Amino acid sequence: MKLSYYPGCSLEGTALDYDHSVRAVCLELGINLVEIPDWNCCGASSAHMTDHEVGMRLPMRNLLLAMDAGLDILVPCAACFQRLRAADKALRADPGYWDLRKYTPDFQIIHISTLLARPEILEAIRQRVQQPLTGLSLACYYGCLSLRNPRITGAPNWEMPENLEKIVSATGATPVAWSHRTECCSGSLTLARPDIAHKLVGDIIEAAKKAGAGALVTDCPMCQANVESRQMERIPGEPLLPVFFATELLAAAFRGEYPVKQQKVHLVAPAILTDFFAQSGPAREEAV
Amino acid sequence: MNPEYVSPENGNEKFLQKLDTMGIDVHACFQCGRCSSGCPVAEYFDLQVMEVVRLASYGMEDILLASKTIWLCAACETCATRCPNEIEIAGLMDVLRSLALKKGVVPAEPRVPLFHRSFLDSVRHWGRTYEIGMIAGYKIRSGDLLSDMKLGMDMFIKGKLKLLPQAIKAKDEVRQIFSGKGKEYER
Ligand code: SF4
Ligand code: SF4
Repeated sequence: MKLSYYPGCSLEGTALDYDHSVRAVCLELGINLVEIPDWNCCGASSAHMTDHEVGMRLPMRNLLLAMDAGLDILVPCAACFQRLRAADKALRADPGYWDLRKYTPDFQIIHISTLLARPEILEAIRQRVQQPLTGLSLACYYGCLSLRNPRITGAPNWEMPENLEKIVSATGATPVAWSHRTECCSGSLTLARPDIAHKLVGDIIEAAKKAGAGALVTDCPMCQANVESRQMERIPGEPLLPVFFATELLAAAFRGEYPVKQQKVHLVAPAILTDFFAQSGPAREEAV
Repeated sequence: MNPEYVSPENGNEKFLQKLDTMGIDVHACFQCGRCSSGCPVAEYFDLQVMEVVRLASYGMEDILLASKTIWLCAACETCATRCPNEIEIAGLMDVLRSLALKKGVVPAEPRVPLFHRSFLDSVRHWGRTYEIGMIAGYKIRSGDLLSDMKLGMDMFIKGKLKLLPQAIKAKDEVRQIFSGKGKEYER
């Protein structure tokens, strides 16, 4: 399978390791990624929240660049995914308004978990897992933008999504049932109003703990950064929950190893995974 | 809010036309309250989401532009997703913020638009987000130099913040997008 790839700015910065795990997992699964040449920022929340024209034209430029390849576009960031979908919808509805004579590419814009949760890919995942993550209880956390608004995202189960649970199950870990899977963490406000982010993240972490989860799993780099960083102000001594990317778990399960370099990028110590692999040493040796 | 002023009779027609052209049908609202009840930041708002929609349908632009709510909305799309009348409420919030900026209304939550501006400055300049530059720009503008210093250092040490920007080649194309010459401005 060959796909166009739109990493987005987070995956060059705070979520650089997400880019690495997406690429590693796709390589392992035989998915060939072709990065969109000279892609630009999608504008994220800030653009569409304050300037409709800029918020549309930034992602549109990327879509026009992707038209040459004509391949489906894989997007690991939930925010970029939503902005590219919004731009694609607007262009299809009225290309003339956006100064195009026509716009009818037959590509789809696909968020990473939608790809990974396809039945045939789940099967390939199961076959490639060297070290099943048996016994780990994980809370799948979707946040907002890969799901909402469904008129933009096309998500079929926006209130009760299941892609992350399917992916987590394929690694052998156990997804817990919990309340805050699609709650907002207020990532777009986190710098300007850290107090609000602190409150919402606190609620999310408490809910995950109550359900017995030892960590969160997400597919949104904004959520990953915000939910880990806004736990830092929690009461000392309170157990903190690390937030893993789904592809980070897959990469570790495929390799039978959780590399030290990857452990170090977390603001919240990923002890649950480090310890798991430390205890399952023999399987790791088999895998080498 | 002066109750005598709040009336469709005092509504701003141009504002209502703008919502109409953007397909934001605020008149479809029957005040069921679903939008307000699911909003994650409702407790920080000075106007609840259902109030925003009703005030918008009255054309009460000035009240809305002066509110905290438009800046504290996190654009999570929960309201628009759950509205039984599929009113594009999050899109309405976008329109209100951009009108407030265009009209120079003093923002009731000044740090939020300063953040957006710092973010977009970085995109306009490099074509991609340059996180350190963006955060520094925001800190200087907002005067909020102290909060999150430790977090910033932790992220830097962990290699999460790149020292140098990742510029794109066609920077001129991105500047053109920001040039203010688009259709939205002509209308
Ligand atoms: S959910 Fe829709 S119909 Fe109900 S109060 Fe909100 S805007 Fe009005
Ligand atoms: S989009 Fe804004 S107003 Fe609507 S639910 Fe989210 S935060 Fe509240």
